[in-house]
Amino acid sequence: MAAVEKEEPVALLPSSNKEFLLGNHSYKSIDELLGNIVLDQTSHGKVWFKWLGFGFLFVNVLVASIAWLVYQGIGVWGNNQPVSWGFDIINFVWWIGIGHAGTLISAILLLLRQNWRNSINRFAEAMTLFAVMCAGMYPLLHTGRPWVAYWLFPYPNVLGMWPQFRSPLIWDVFAVSTYFTISIVFWFVGLIPDFATMRDRTVQPAVKKIWGLLAMGWRGSVKHWHRYEAAYLILAGLSTPLVLSVHSIVSFDFAVSIVPGWNVTLFPPYFVAGAVFAGFAMVITFAIPIRKLYHLEEVITMKHLDWMAKIMLATGTIVAYGYLCEVFYAFYSGSRWEQYLIHNRMGGPYSVLYWSLWICNGLAPLFLWSPKVRKNLVALMIISQFVSVGMWLERFVIIPMSLHRDYLPSSWGMYYPTVVDFGMFFGTIGFFIFMMFLFIRFLPMINIFEIKDLLLKLRHEEHHSEADASPVAVGGGE
Amino acid sequence: MAAVAMDSTSPAYHGMIAEFTDPDDILAAARKVRAAGYTHLDAYTPMPVHHLDDAIGFKDTKVQWTIFIAGLLGFAVGFGLQVYVNSIDYPLNVGGRPKLSWPQFIPVAYECTILFAGLAAALAMLAFNGLPRPNHPIFNAPRFELATQTSFFLCVEGTDPNFDHAEVKKLLESLSPVQVSDVFGDEPEGH
Repeated sequence: MAAVEKEEPVALLPSSNKEFLLGNHSYKSIDELLGNIVLDQTSHGKVWFKWLGFGFLFVNVLVASIAWLVYQGIGVWGNNQPVSWGFDIINFVWWIGIGHAGTLISAILLLLRQNWRNSINRFAEAMTLFAVMCAGMYPLLHTGRPWVAYWLFPYPNVLGMWPQFRSPLIWDVFAVSTYFTISIVFWFVGLIPDFATMRDRTVQPAVKKIWGLLAMGWRGSVKHWHRYEAAYLILAGLSTPLVLSVHSIVSFDFAVSIVPGWNVTLFPPYFVAGAVFAGFAMVITFAIPIRKLYHLEEVITMKHLDWMAKIMLATGTIVAYGYLCEVFYAFYSGSRWEQYLIHNRMGGPYSVLYWSLWICNGLAPLFLWSPKVRKNLVALMIISQFVSVGMWLERFVIIPMSLHRDYLPSSWGMYYPTVVDFGMFFGTIGFFIFMMFLFIRFLPMINIFEIKDLLLKLRHEEHHSEADASPVAVGGGE
Repeated sequence: MAAVAMDSTSPAYHGMIAEFTDPDDILAAARKVRAAGYTHLDAYTPMPVHHLDDAIGFKDTKVQWTIFIAGLLGFAVGFGLQVYVNSIDYPLNVGGRPKLSWPQFIPVAYECTILFAGLAAALAMLAFNGLPRPNHPIFNAPRFELATQTSFFLCVEGTDPNFDHAEVKKLLESLSPVQVSDVFGDEPEGH
């Protein structure tokens, strides 16, 4: 820390914005750089179509898998007793976790006044939405009869039935649906001023009308901003505990049961850390190619990637610590079932996956200690892929590996996913890519007004030494 | 402009705007205009300019209160629903636990709190701002499309008790704006 202080004293301020917005920008150049990605539809080359097409291909795989599943019933999946939770729950938890980085960036970093979030929050929030959509499909289809999924919600009905509110599974219904609703609201509220900017910059009357409808007559009045900022800040304040509660509740699905390896109090914090870990890996995975494709290197800077990598490193070590704790628990519990579980993980039929998990989540992120690796895009991209795979493996290790050999050895069995399982898994990845590329083309993917705010803060920071005390005095003194 | 100035008493007259290109300039200008005794002010900016709300003397906490009340309501609804469902209407005996085992009702009550408060945040913000409102006299201001892009507009509204066209014009022009113009709403007859 001392060395940093000597180099540049500003670095200690939470809002040292210099490295987060490079180049000599004006409000106009920001409008052009960020707005023209949407306004100038010719700016999207073949690469965009290739990725959209790639995504769409797998959307079709997804549709086919779901159609076959609904037609045949969930017997087409590999899960059956004793492993009644397979790919469906693994992928549900995996996707929900990926979504969490978006909320973390938009809400928690806003509360912590981390201005660097301004460049990546919109994009990460969109990721959250699409990831939660992917996640939501799984439990919905796992009910077996998705057309009566509304039975999950409490409403007076002729069956005289109510949900069982003492079950974590019904908590999940409330947590995930609330999470999705609030994420959409947060995202949309953030978009309103940018919709107005798009409305005012569009020339074609028909397109202008669409932006006008979305902007709802936003005119940038300071009175509106006053209420807007209050609402936005409180939404962030609400989303922060929400995101922590969602993954905690997801972990309750396991922790509240008595299955060996599940019944641990460690689960909520360890799940949340894992979620952030996986989410940042996904943000990096998308940010690196997109900043290059749309020439956004000045807005999504190397410093952003560096800091995201650091968060990944921090949460990665928490996750690895969790794995160590699991081993310790088993040893310390004195329970032969817990101990057998660890033996089974390390040397059982799925042990390859367990050790791969350690390589992906325990070992790969450690390279991020080196600043050189954090500045190397290829290395970052590769490590992010390891993390994504690792977090998927973690859920495999937790779910089928605990279920396939628990208390009753006569009921032990193996779990093998089927083609439909893989079809749905790759299908949701395709759906995610498809939605992300549509989003990039048709909505401003970087928050225009917040980048302008960042630019203003940057200017005040530059004048900081010239003028006395606060940025306000600069304006007031003139 | 002279002909327009005479119309500043007409019911369609909205106010006079001055355009700035720097947020610090509009902040200084707003303070001066306010110091000159004008109270019916508004400013239009592409991004939130901090302290500009103080400068025009605007403060409103209705949104915050609405969210708070909605949050409490959400908790009450969420908790009450579970008590009614699992303890009164269809009591379930789960392992001999009390019928009102309230700790297990916390997660859902909590999610309902967030849901109600979050929806209230968005809806209250829009409602108190009077949005959606597709038309507003200020949109008739020249160059106003820049208010969401690069320019910062300060408006002294015609309803101000001290509004005097010549004096407001003099004051606004003294603040070295890009331009000063009168703003009229649409004719009452409409198009």
